[in-house]
Amino acid sequence: MAKALIRVPAEAKQGETIEIKTLISHPMEPGVRRDNMGQIIPRHILNRFVCRYNGEEVFRADLFPGIAANPFLSFFTVATDSGELEFQWTDDDGTTQTETAKITVA
Amino acid sequence: MCYGAMHRACCTRRRFILLSALGMGSLLALPRPARATPDTAAAAMQAIVGDAASRVGKVTLDLPPIAENGNSVPLTVSVQSPMTPTEHVRSVHIFSEENPLPTVAHFYLGPRAGKAQVSTRIRLFKSQRIIALAALSDGSFWSGSAEILITLGACLEE
Repeated sequence: MAKALIRVPAEAKQGETIEIKTLISHPMEPGVRRDNMGQIIPRHILNRFVCRYNGEEVFRADLFPGIAANPFLSFFTVATDSGELEFQWTDDDGTTQTETAKITVA
Repeated sequence: MCYGAMHRACCTRRRFILLSALGMGSLLALPRPARATPDTAAAAMQAIVGDAASRVGKVTLDLPPIAENGNSVPLTVSVQSPMTPTEHVRSVHIFSEENPLPTVAHFYLGPRAGKAQVSTRIRLFKSQRIIALAALSDGSFWSGSAEILITLGACLEE
């Protein structure tokens, strides 16, 4: 499991626009670099990120090799209800990593 | 000298020399990966816009004017939109004119985003123009761009 950092406000007012920041450790190997034997290092990136708020998708990103290593993403969403935000990254090898964060909406 | 199987495959000495020359040519070309150009970036944008027209405006790219290192350059893209259920940004697409691949990222937002702004960090191979294209809920497309100078490009060899 790669280390992921997520910043979500613990509390928010209903209807407030909140900023969410995510960072995950991953080499994001672009697939164009060569090792010291002159062989291309195969592409290995996280190609998708999805954020769901109480099960409903609120943000999605398709990532390409042009995204820097340890991809950072920051975006906004409207605080609607108390509950859980789910963050999921999909790797080129098909594996996924899911992290969650709780939010209390007053 | 007898080339055996190679001779049979190549049939003539002339053709063998030609093929080896081609082989060497491709070897020389190896360190230079396929590259995006302003044309391929425009084609990638066209694939999203389709038959609709895209206009310049509403989209702002916040990118440093100069970056020492292209490996990780902060980018913030924002779109002027009230972000209501009837009027919002559906998606934002980032394109590069000089990276190995023209497409850098697709971001899918919606009325629940509240604010049409996304930040990330991108790799830049060399100094170039970065373009952001936004698809709005009314079917219109808007784009914005920013130029950046890169002192040291994202490492392609190692």
